[in-house]
Amino acid sequence: MEALQQKARTLLQSGAVKVVIGYTAGSDAERARALFVRNGEQTQQLIWDDRCRQNLAAYLIKPEVRALGKPALVARTATLRTLLQYAVENQLADEAVLALAVADGQVVELPNFAAIEEYLAKQPRGLTPEQQQELAKMEALPLEERWAFWSAELQRCVKCYACRAACPLCYCDRCIVEVNQPQWIPVASDPLGNLEWNVVRAMHLAGRCVDCGSCADACPEKIRLDLLNRVAAQEVLTHFGAEPGYSTRKDYALAAYKPDDKEEFIR
Amino acid sequence: MAEFEPKVIAFVCNWCTYAGADLTGTSRIKYAPNVRMVRLPCTGRIDFMLLLQAFGHGADGVIVSGCHPGDCHYTAGNFHARRRWMVFRRLLDFMGVDLRRVIFSWVSAAEGAKWAELVNTVVADVRKLGPYEAFPKRLAGQLKTVEVA
Amino acid sequence: MSETRILQKASLDGLFAKLTAAGRRIVAPVRQSATALEQCHAERVEFEEVTTAQKIAADYIQTIRPPKGALFPRYEQMLRFKIGGKEVQAEEIKPEAKPTVLFGLHPCDAASFATLKAVFTWDSGDAYFEPKLAHTTVIGLSCTKGDAYCFCTSVGGGPGDTRGSDILLTPLDATKYLAEILTDKGKAVVALAPELFTPANGQAAPALAKIAPRFAADKLSAKLPALFPKGEIWLEQSLRCIGCGACAYVCPTCSCFDIQDERQRYSGVRLRCWDSCGFGLFTLHASGHNPRPKQSERWRQRVMHKFSYQPERLGVLGCVGCGRCSRSCPTDMNLAQHVQSLAEMPA
Repeated sequence: MEALQQKARTLLQSGAVKVVIGYTAGSDAERARALFVRNGEQTQQLIWDDRCRQNLAAYLIKPEVRALGKPALVARTATLRTLLQYAVENQLADEAVLALAVADGQVVELPNFAAIEEYLAKQPRGLTPEQQQELAKMEALPLEERWAFWSAELQRCVKCYACRAACPLCYCDRCIVEVNQPQWIPVASDPLGNLEWNVVRAMHLAGRCVDCGSCADACPEKIRLDLLNRVAAQEVLTHFGAEPGYSTRKDYALAAYKPDDKEEFIR
Repeated sequence: MAEFEPKVIAFVCNWCTYAGADLTGTSRIKYAPNVRMVRLPCTGRIDFMLLLQAFGHGADGVIVSGCHPGDCHYTAGNFHARRRWMVFRRLLDFMGVDLRRVIFSWVSAAEGAKWAELVNTVVADVRKLGPYEAFPKRLAGQLKTVEVA
Repeated sequence: MSETRILQKASLDGLFAKLTAAGRRIVAPVRQSATALEQCHAERVEFEEVTTAQKIAADYIQTIRPPKGALFPRYEQMLRFKIGGKEVQAEEIKPEAKPTVLFGLHPCDAASFATLKAVFTWDSGDAYFEPKLAHTTVIGLSCTKGDAYCFCTSVGGGPGDTRGSDILLTPLDATKYLAEILTDKGKAVVALAPELFTPANGQAAPALAKIAPRFAADKLSAKLPALFPKGEIWLEQSLRCIGCGACAYVCPTCSCFDIQDERQRYSGVRLRCWDSCGFGLFTLHASGHNPRPKQSERWRQRVMHKFSYQPERLGVLGCVGCGRCSRSCPTDMNLAQHVQSLAEMPA
């Protein structure tokens, strides 16, 4: 934290950045909240610990935050992956953001996409054993029990779209839920509408999602949305070898194809 | 009590499967009448949401069919569709949607017999599975007033 | 008007049986069970229909979803229509107002119905809301504990506040409640099982949660109009807001709605669904103009609506201090903290 606060002070003083987007203590011991540091005094409020989960990259597309000027962004691995995915999708210019990775009490400055790529290449990749176990547990359940689980989860969905708002990669000016000629996704939070919304979001993110988990964290009903995105990501990785956010190479799996993509289910 | 007759919706591409189904007809091959065809220019255009909408409107089974890989009228539409279906199936299966009710196939304009055989097999399979009651339906189609806290 | 009685906790099953026999639906806070993934859902409490007192969450602080769903559901059918030839046939759906007892609502939730009522009966009575309210009886439950998010005492409420309750129960100890019978509806419930409500003999005053007031709502309301044009305040406060609908949907007093027609080509239903002023397109006009294009303006709207416009025009505050918005906000906006800092600003 000290190192991070010091780094923030230096960056602001030198004018290298106009704002440091990081985390500070939240409303209770388990929460952190985003902080937009613009002067040396505020830097003392920056923290870095397990509470710092929200993917702050989502703020890079918020007009009021962009208006603050060039940002430094305190970035965990998923956030760094988001920046590279933004590059792939032409949403962010190179060097527009100074990413700050924090590891072992040190702050690493990553001023451009190449630096982020290099840094990420050294980080552990893939699902943790707990995450794998969770997916396996779900997949071992019989069909009816899986459906019962997801029906119950989705019944709680109130269509607040916190998942969409928290996800940095949900940045469409006119989201599919806001298209009303026709109204593709019903507004009402009925079982079919909830299923359609959550499936559509998972599919629109398939091959793009960087597994930051902010969607599930944001959901007021604590629906396990992260599992849906994770399963789609696993499928993309297994069959197409694509793992978004580790390079700026443009290879969105669902916009590409190989003539010999293999499947066994087409009759 | 009438025996259950499944409703199967088929999303098919214009150039191959739809033409193939036409050939089935002109060849006077009889096949189960339970299928309602929705014609689209290409499987690449088939939004995965259409499958959910079909079930939501009361379909018990869905067939999605198009040109064989390499034969797409628009060159690569079915390649894109194939990738999309691979991911979509995994997601649906994970959520507990019954994949036995969703069938994908390649049926060319010359495969009139294959189309008939496919439909007959699918309808028979879905008949055994019964109506897809578990799947949530469109509100407009429901008769009772629904209020949810 | 109010009378005091004792109600044993052990009597609740008997009371519920009498209520059910009298045709009342009972909705109470129930602790959620663990799911297939053994999640921490067991920590959550939500309102559910019950027939016995077994599953009622003994001492909960707050649910995630508010009780407004009993009067103003997430979505509601208003009418059904068929299009045939040149005609449209519309069939109005009269709402089914099932006599309901909402059991175990905390005083903040009980008080929230006054705000909903003010909105839904403002000029013409809402045909969907009024019957439900008329058929609803509230058996409130005083709070013996709160958390850092509760701020009822800043908005004219309190852990033992009686507003909105027909009967208010206060735990005296592990076995019994003090029951204040406050209204005719409350008396009607007692009349169903009078033997269960025994005389109170000046029991020791119960210990209620201590919720220190953080600001004075009336002073805040007086100050807000002058703060309205100060864009930098609202911008700063809303920088981390991501514009979702979580706060509006978990709020017991939020009542904005959207009307949607869901169709199957020639037939359909018209629905009233929850909506949120936090959404970017909430105020988008058909012309394409949006009077609140920025999140800071939408945040300002939220605060002004609840703490200035509603008190001024309807005579009720738009907030009961339940804290749900702050507990659920994905970016930890914490409305109470923001509003407190507004209250502390120089005029």
